[in-house]
Order: sequence, then C-alpha cells, then structure tokens
Amino acid sequence: MTATDDLLKTPLTDLHVERGGKLVAFAGYSMPVQFPDGVLKEHLHTRAQAGLFDVSHMGQVTLRARSGRFEDAALALERLVPVDILGLKQGRQRYALFTSPDGGILDDLMVANRGDHLFLVVNAACKAADIAHLKANLSDDCVVEELTDRALIALQGPAAESALAALAPEVAAMKFMDLHPVEILGADCFVSRSGYTGEDGYEISVPADRAVELAESLLANEAVRPIGLGARDSLRLEAGLCLYGNDIGPDTTPIAAALTWAIQKVRRSGGDRAGGFPGADVILTEFETGAPRRRVGLSPEGRAPVRAGALLYASEAAADPIGEVTSGGFGPTVEAPVAMGYVAADMAEPGVTVHADVRGKRLPVRVAALPFVSPRYKRG
Amino acid sequence: MLKFTEDHEWLSTEDGITTVGITAHATEQLGDLVFVELPETGAKFSKGDAAAVVESVKAASDVYAPLDGEIVEVNDAITADPSIVNSDPRGAGWFFKMKLNNPDDLTELLDEAAYTASLD
Repeated sequence: MTATDDLLKTPLTDLHVERGGKLVAFAGYSMPVQFPDGVLKEHLHTRAQAGLFDVSHMGQVTLRARSGRFEDAALALERLVPVDILGLKQGRQRYALFTSPDGGILDDLMVANRGDHLFLVVNAACKAADIAHLKANLSDDCVVEELTDRALIALQGPAAESALAALAPEVAAMKFMDLHPVEILGADCFVSRSGYTGEDGYEISVPADRAVELAESLLANEAVRPIGLGARDSLRLEAGLCLYGNDIGPDTTPIAAALTWAIQKVRRSGGDRAGGFPGADVILTEFETGAPRRRVGLSPEGRAPVRAGALLYASEAAADPIGEVTSGGFGPTVEAPVAMGYVAADMAEPGVTVHADVRGKRLPVRVAALPFVSPRYKRG
Repeated sequence: MLKFTEDHEWLSTEDGITTVGITAHATEQLGDLVFVELPETGAKFSKGDAAAVVESVKAASDVYAPLDGEIVEVNDAITADPSIVNSDPRGAGWFFKMKLNNPDDLTELLDEAAYTASLD
C-alpha cells in the first residue's frame, strides 16, 4: 500500500513503506497503522524491548518573547494554559492544556524550557488551530514559529536507553521529563526523556533531512522495531493516557478529565498566579465542587472489548445512560479488555460496577484505577 | 468442494452440513484476533445477517451468515483461544456449522479461483 497523494507525508513515510508499513490517513497525514509484526506483537515488543514511532505529524512550535527574556514568554503562555510555566526549570518539560473560556480542553501539549525560549509539541489534528490561538493571543509579546523542518521520533520501552545511548551516551543520564540538546550522528537534535506509552523512553526532534538516517541507525539495533499507530493507541490506553479528541476535548474540563495534577498549586485558588487562563472561573470552581462526571478506567468483566461510543448504565435494566466509553479495546499486556470513559461522579470510585451496551447486550464493567499498566519512567 | 463469499467466508459441505469459517485473507486484514463471539446453536439466519463477531486489538467486525440456514454446532475452541483463527483459518479455526435451507444455494457462491481473482 502506498500513501494517498492528497495526504501529507513525513520525512519517514518512504521508510515506513519500505518496512512494510500499512499506511492510513491520520490527521491529514499518511501514517503507518501497523507493520508486518501486527498490532499485538508491536505492543508487546514495545513493553519488552523498544519501539520506534514516527510522531513527525505532531506540531513542533517555538515561543520566544520579543523582549528576549524567557520569563516573558512563560508568563505569556500562562495566559492560555492553567499550568506553571514560569516555574519550569531550564531543560525541563511539562504536560499542559489549552483551555477554552467555558473550561473545556482545546488541546493537550508538552512545554519545555529551552533556556531563552519555550518549545511546544502539540497534536497533529490541532496544530493549525493551536498556532492560530497562540498568535492571536500572544503576538504582541511573543514570536510564534512552527518548526516545519524537523521530524519527531519516539523511542519507547525498556531498551530505549541502551539503544539511544549507543549513539549519544549522555542520554542515559537524563531523567523523566528532561529535555536536552544532543548531537546525534552529527545532527543537532533535542531529546526529551518522555513519551506516551507508559514506558521509559525518549522523543527526539531531529532535522528533517537527517531523520531517515537516525531512524535506520536505531532500527539497526535488534531490540528496536518499527511500531504503528495501532499499538501506540493500545499502549497509551493501558497507560491511562488521554487521547485528544476521544478522552478529552472542548466538552471535558480538566477536573472531569481527572487531569487536576496538570494544574500546579501556583495556578489554583490561593496560589501566587491563580487563574488568569481561559475558563479559570469554571475550572477553579470545579476544584472546590467537583465535576458532575469524571474520567475513569473501565475493566470489562468478560473477554469482549468495549469500544469507544458504548453507553454506560448504572444497571442492566436502567433506562438512561450514566456515561460513555471514550477509548476501549484489548490490552495486550494485561491480556484483557481495557477502556476509559466518563461516568457520573457518584459512580466514579474503583470497584463500582456499571453496565456497557455492546451490540445491544449490557455487559458488566468495573470502574478501575488508572493506569492498567504501571509506568516505568526514570524519575531519578 | 470449498465455496467462498465476497465477504471472505469459506464454506465446506459434507453430509448435508456446511462448515463456515473466514479466509486467510480476512485474518490478514483483521490482524491478531483477541475476541470471538459465536451464535447460539439453533439460531436461524438469513443470508447476510451478522452471525458472529470477531475483534482484533483495534476493531470489531461482523461475520455474516453466508446463506439461509440454522446453526447446528459452534466452535467453542476459538472463543477460548481466538488466535486459532489466525493460525489455522481453514482448519481448526472454523466458526460454525449450518444446516442450509436450500443446499442448492451453494452454487451461487464463488469457487476458489473466482474468490482468489476477486482479491486482486
């Protein structure tokens, strides 16, 4: 199968085709959904050794204060996210959310302090809107630039450290959420010790014209296999991580989404820089009162996967749904179906049994603690 | 003689009983199966009804009744271990056995050469 002409390619698209990747349309890009190993083996390989993922479709953006001062860029971005950006130390990265005036989530993103500027990684499907949002709100103070000449490669799994350290030994000393400039194969890269699989690993921003060489060097290591979007989705679901557009979106607040940990104390009521972001009144009120519904893990009791869109009911016979599955499938590592979704707040405690409508049958599903697979980050 | 549907089922008839499974091509398209739901013995289906469900890590798909008939036996082994369908789709990975209402309907279906040609 080859890429469809009207879809965008990444610097690695030809390599995916060469490696037998099955390409599908995703967020306007032609991306590999799986390689010949198949989703199940790719998932298990990532947990056991290391998987290489092309995430070049995601947006890489720099934010520089016109004053040249990092602090001014940080305070500007804090006008759009309920996150402590000013407190982010140089060489550190943090998860953030763009919020809307009614408290919904416009996108989730990663933000790093690169010394004199901020480096953002945003979702592919949202990047045009995110960049427009940044420019519309921050252009008086900041220059917003999308880095279109770089690829992004994620290397995830317990063998990621040894595989990348073979090319750049200094990455072994990095801790979870560090982001450092690293020269790899003579190319100026920036490497973060992060990812979205629940495994230890790295994301490597590499100049587009050096991406194939880097990917091939990593894939030459027998511990590293190419992994597609299918396994990326099952890995992040087992790790309890939200997929924007499924588990979070304009209709979910950070409190409902159980992302309160992403809002540091300094931005909450009583904090030094409390509020001042879109939807602050809604979000800070929900901190006190709770949200009417909450994102939870869901463990179907049988073997049948319960997929996104399945409605949840308080009982087998109840007439009105109390929630909905937002991501669901089979978890190859837990060897059982796993799901996430929203339920009414009074049913959001682990152990509560709800019922999912699957093809007209009500199947029992237990509210479960997230994640399904414990993360193995190198927190140091 | 084996017969095939355009929906990637195979049928093998012996002593008036038709065994139904999905083709190797179908299993390759679906990927590794993690769940199979089979019909009840005694259930009656018309051609094209969803009779079984197969799920891979990513997605759920229906398996259709290839012709009108009644289910007389199902393969519980594939419910217990769906990977049998991937490893042996034409043998141990069969889905169900049917008593067809009109065995002559089998002549409407594709033979192996026609099915293989339809995949190109």
